[in-house]
Amino acid sequence: MQKGIIKPKRTPTLISTYSVVGKKEHDGPLGELFDEYCEDDKFGKDSWEKAESEMQLRAMKGAMSKAKISDDGVDILLAGDLLNQCVGSNYGLEKFDISYLGLYGACSTCAEGLGIAACFYGGEIFDTCGVVTSSHYCASERQFRFPIEYGGQRAPTAQWTVTGSGAFIVGAGGKIKIPEVLFGKTKDMGITDINNMGAAMAPAAIDTIERYFKESTHSPEDFDLIITGDLGFEGSEILKDLLLKDGIDIRKNHVDCGLMIFERKKQDTHAGGSGCGCSASVLSADIIKNLEDKTLSDVLFIGTGALMSPMTLFQGGSIPSVAHLVRLSSK
Amino acid sequence: MNKKEYCEYVEKRAKKSPIVKNCACAFVIGGLICVIGELLRELYMSAGMEKTDASTLVSVTLVFITAVLTGIGIFDNIAKVAGAGTLVPITGFANAVASPAIDTKSEGYILGVGAKIFTIAGPVILYGTLSGAIYGVIYYICTLIWW
Repeated sequence: MQKGIIKPKRTPTLISTYSVVGKKEHDGPLGELFDEYCEDDKFGKDSWEKAESEMQLRAMKGAMSKAKISDDGVDILLAGDLLNQCVGSNYGLEKFDISYLGLYGACSTCAEGLGIAACFYGGEIFDTCGVVTSSHYCASERQFRFPIEYGGQRAPTAQWTVTGSGAFIVGAGGKIKIPEVLFGKTKDMGITDINNMGAAMAPAAIDTIERYFKESTHSPEDFDLIITGDLGFEGSEILKDLLLKDGIDIRKNHVDCGLMIFERKKQDTHAGGSGCGCSASVLSADIIKNLEDKTLSDVLFIGTGALMSPMTLFQGGSIPSVAHLVRLSSK
Repeated sequence: MNKKEYCEYVEKRAKKSPIVKNCACAFVIGGLICVIGELLRELYMSAGMEKTDASTLVSVTLVFITAVLTGIGIFDNIAKVAGAGTLVPITGFANAVASPAIDTKSEGYILGVGAKIFTIAGPVILYGTLSGAIYGVIYYICTLIWW
């Protein structure tokens, strides 16, 4: 029975990965690294929600094709997105003849999926797991905030939901290992500002990172990167500041997927990117490739999710958050 | 750090919106919209319209222009800079009705557009009508007492 850091007895590996993004993400600093992008935000479909499903379908198909496996080579699909009832995943993955588990962890879903997949593999329940998550700016905006064409001003701390999807195949034989997983605890520090999700998520990230360094023998310097996804500018600054006050200095090797995917000022994305598709696509396009070519050898990936519901927020509630940690190593 | 301390810490460090710049932009663009409105009114009156009719037609014209600009995806880019400059005049109201209508078209004309068109403007319509009615009653009582 493992309670804190989970070290799978059979070490899972990442066999393949594939990323699909929208035009704005392709225009960003990581543009050329994504496997696929579409000029049309609707991906040839007639609604934003269908577009999101299409992204998940393309991402999972791409990852399976890279791994040279078909439906019967994948034992389970773990997928999630930001939309109600996880419709992005439900409709997108219905085309596969594979058992399916829908996940909701907001922006932490990618780490949640990878963590569960690692446990399934480590516990010898499944041999090959598919993990895919996505988000779509337009679909999320209209569900959580305002209509797309509504004319309003965004706060400097607001984040921009990424249109993108990242898929991963977890199993045996890959170059990158997942030696450790730490699932986070839900944290609610009373933040009610929908335009400052970074501040809502930072406490969960702090808790998970502190628990990890307390329970493990490692210190932040042991890792090439400590990657959060996606605290954005505001949340990242809070994370580094408060961790430092607690004696953990991650200032040198911390990066955030929300800050990597866009050129914040030029692309007018305020505090940076967010959404299930942000960390998934950045991890897939950039981090994994760097681990594969040994530019990076050991990283901590902490998926952070603001579990925000407009309904409970209007009822006077605050925004709980959760952060899951997955260690990725090519050593 | 407890919840209260954390919220205060967050509030203190969060970058605020540039109020001076936003006010200046709102003043210039909002003022410009009013100038356009005034020019339109003069134009309609010079065409022989009564003042009240011309004023009504100005509102209709501004709503129409806003709806078109919202439909072709330009209005939100102007509003991003203008802020209250486009929100306070009738253009803000028109955009608040047109934008959910466009968004919810995919759910059909009844359950989509019909049900959701006043999602944003709804409170304005409800409480605007309500306060208008209350004002009317007060006005009526005043006329009974003093006139």
